[in-house]
Amino acid sequence: MATTTAPTKAPGRGDRWAGPGMLLPFALFYLVFLVGPLIYTVVAGFFDASLLKKGLGDFAGLSNYAAVLGDDEFWRTLGNTLWFTVLTTVPLVLLSLVLAILADRFVRGRWFFRFAFFAPFVLPSAVISLIFTFIYADQVGLAQQAAKWIGVDTPPSWLGDPDWAMISIAAATVWWTIGFNFVLYLAGLQDIPRSVHEAAAIDGAGPWQRIRHVIVPMLGRTTTLVTVLQAVASLKVFDQIYMLTMGGPDGSTRPSLQLIYDTGFVEGRVGYASTVSLLLFVVILLVSLVWFALVRRAEKER
Amino acid sequence: MRDRTPHNSPPPPPLPSPPSRRGLLRGTLSLGAVAASSVALGGCGSTLAQGFTGGSPSPSRLNFWNPFTGGDGERLLAMEDVYRARHRTTDLKSATFVWGSPYYTKLTLATLGERPPQVAVTHLSKVPTLAEAGLLTELRTSDLARHGLTEDKFDPRPWKKSQVDGKLYAVPLDTHPFVLYFRTDIAEKAGLLDGQGQLADVDGPDAFIDALRAAKEVTGAWGGSVASVKDASTQFRLFWSFYRQIGGGDLVAEQGKKVVIDTAAAAEALAYIRRLTQEKVVPASTDSPGAITMLTTGKAGFLMDGVWQVLTVQGAKVKFDVRPLPRIFHDAPYACAADSHSLVLPKAPSAAAQRLDLSLGFVAALLNSSKLWAEGGHVPAWLPTQQSPGYRDLAPQSHYAAAADGAAYDPAAWYSGAGSTLQVVVGNAVTSVFTGATSPTAGAARMRRELRELASRPAPL
Repeated sequence: MATTTAPTKAPGRGDRWAGPGMLLPFALFYLVFLVGPLIYTVVAGFFDASLLKKGLGDFAGLSNYAAVLGDDEFWRTLGNTLWFTVLTTVPLVLLSLVLAILADRFVRGRWFFRFAFFAPFVLPSAVISLIFTFIYADQVGLAQQAAKWIGVDTPPSWLGDPDWAMISIAAATVWWTIGFNFVLYLAGLQDIPRSVHEAAAIDGAGPWQRIRHVIVPMLGRTTTLVTVLQAVASLKVFDQIYMLTMGGPDGSTRPSLQLIYDTGFVEGRVGYASTVSLLLFVVILLVSLVWFALVRRAEKER
Repeated sequence: MRDRTPHNSPPPPPLPSPPSRRGLLRGTLSLGAVAASSVALGGCGSTLAQGFTGGSPSPSRLNFWNPFTGGDGERLLAMEDVYRARHRTTDLKSATFVWGSPYYTKLTLATLGERPPQVAVTHLSKVPTLAEAGLLTELRTSDLARHGLTEDKFDPRPWKKSQVDGKLYAVPLDTHPFVLYFRTDIAEKAGLLDGQGQLADVDGPDAFIDALRAAKEVTGAWGGSVASVKDASTQFRLFWSFYRQIGGGDLVAEQGKKVVIDTAAAAEALAYIRRLTQEKVVPASTDSPGAITMLTTGKAGFLMDGVWQVLTVQGAKVKFDVRPLPRIFHDAPYACAADSHSLVLPKAPSAAAQRLDLSLGFVAALLNSSKLWAEGGHVPAWLPTQQSPGYRDLAPQSHYAAAADGAAYDPAAWYSGAGSTLQVVVGNAVTSVFTGATSPTAGAARMRRELRELASRPAPL
C-alpha cells in the first residue's frame, strides 16, 4: 500500500517502512537458507558431527581443519576445481567476447546468432550431461568418430582418459554456458554510443583498431563482471561432472564440491564436510577479492 | 527417469498474464491459500502436506521407495500392478531414485527426518550399516509368519545376510551375481560350443583368455567387454570375484576399522585383470552402455556384467546366453561378486506411521511375484519360485542360478556396500591396473594404502 502513496504527499510512517518491509521476505529467506546454514557449518566444523547421529557429536577442536589440510584428496580436488576454472573461464570470457563482436556486426540475421549461442544455456545440466554422454561415449560415440574422420587413428577415450576427461567436460561446459556471457557482452556493446564508433572511423581507425582501442577498453567493466561471475561459477562446479564422470576416471575430475557431497552426505561425516566447504568458501572469497583488487588498481592507473 | 513421486495437492492456479502488480499480488495470495489448505489437509493424503507438517499419511497410503530403473524398473511396475489389482483399498505410491549413493543418501535423510517410506529396497551389503545407524525396524519372525514369510522359504545365503547380530532387518528378494554373457552365434563360429550349445571349458586363466581370443578372431574387433569407464562398481566386482577365488579373504574387518587385505592375492588377481587388456582381448576403456552395445552389435563375443542387464541384452534381439563367471582360480571355493536386493521397513516415528501389517503384506506380495522379478535376471531368494518348474524353464535366467551359491558379498564396513566409497576406491585402483597405468603390485599396494586411509576415518555410526 505504501508504494502507491503519491510522491507529493509528505512522507508518512508508511513510507519509512516501505523499503525494509519489501525486503523482509527476502531477508527471511536469506537468514533461514544462507546465514543459518553458514553458522551451522562453522560450528559443525569444530565437532565430529555425523549425519547418522543426533546432535553435534564430540568436540573436535581444530582436528578437522588439521585433517582436511593434511588430506591429499582435499588438495587434489581443489587442484581439479582450479584446473576446471582455468579451462572454462578463459575461453568463456575470450570466446564470448569474440562471438559477441562478430554477431554484433551482422545487421540482418543477428537474432539468429543470438538465439543459436544462447539456446544451450536454457537447457538443464541433466540434459547437457545426457547429450555429452552420448557424444563422448567410447567406441560408439560421435566425438571419437569425428576424430577418426579428421585422421586421428586412435582417438582418446574422452571421458575415460584421466588426461582428457577434464578437458572434455570443460569443452561441454563452454558450449553450454557461453550464451550467458555472450548476452552480457552484447548488452555492453550496445551501450557504446554510435558517435564513438563514428569518431573513431573519421579519425581513420580500421575495424581491427576500433576493436582493439575502442570496443575492448569500453567493455572493461563488463569483462570484470563476466570474469568474476564465471570464476565463481566454475569454482562451484558439481552437477555436470557428477553426471558425466562421477568424478572419475580415478578421481581425476572430482571437484571440491563432490568431496563435500561425498563425505557429508554419502559417508555422513558432516563435521569434516563442513570444514572442507568452509575452506572452499575462503578460496572463492580470496579469488574474488584478489581479482577485484587487481581491477580496481588497473582502473585507478588508467 | 521413472520418478513417480506423488503430488496430490491441487496445482497452484495459473498466474494471470501479463503479470500486473495486482495480478502478482493475487497470485501470491492464492499460492499462500494453497499452502494453507495443504496445512489444513495435513494427514489427509497429500504427501506434500505431510512433508510440511510431519503428520502421518492416511492409513491406506503405502509409500515405497526403490532404486530400480531400466529393465528392473519395468519388472517392478508389473509387480506393483499385481499388488494394486488385489489390494484396491491400498493407495500404493512408488518412488524411484537413482541407484547407488544418491538413493541411500535420500533414504537415510528421509528416515532421520522422520519422513521415511513405509517400505524400501536396499542392498543386503548396506543393511549392516543402516541397521547400526538405527534406521531400520527390526523384523520379528512372528510378524513375518502372519504373512506367510517363514525362514524355510528363503535361500539360506541371503537370509543369513539379512541379519545383523542375530536380529533380522531385511527380507531378501534375490541374489544378483556378476556373470558372463556370451553370443551363442559368435561362440559357435569360434568353435567354443559343445554339442548341447554350452560353452566348452572356459575355466582357468589360460582357457578363458583363449576363448576370448577365439571370439576376437570371429568378431574382428574384441573378444569380450567389461565396463571400465565411469564404473568403479563393475571394476570392483571383477576384482572381488577373482580375489575371492584366490582365497584372499576379506579386505577389511571389524566393521571396517581394520585392514586385512591379502596384497599378494590382490596382486595376483590384478595381474590377471591386466592380462585381459594387455593381450588385447578386452578394450581398456568402455562405459557400461558401451560394453553392452559391443556385445549386442557383435563387436565382442563376451560381456562381464551383472545379471540385471539380461533384459537390456534381450531387447537387442541377438542370440545370447549367460553362464556363471568362469572359475579362473582354483585356490578357494567358487566365488563371484554378488549382492542381494531386499525389502526393509525404515524406522518410522510411530507405530501408526509404520503400518506394520500393511507393509509386510506388500513385502509378501512382492515375494509372491518373484517370478516376474526373476525374468529381469535376478536369482530369486524366494524358494517357492526358485524351485518351481516355471523358473527352471526360464532361459537364460536359470542357466546361471548356480552362481548364487558362490555369492561373495561386499566386505562389511560403514563405508562399503552398493555404490559405496569402498567400491569407488578399490574400483579405481582396479581400473588403473586394467588400463595399464599402474602395475598389479603397485595397484595392490595402493588398495591397501587407500583402505587404511578409509579405516582410519572416524566412523559416523
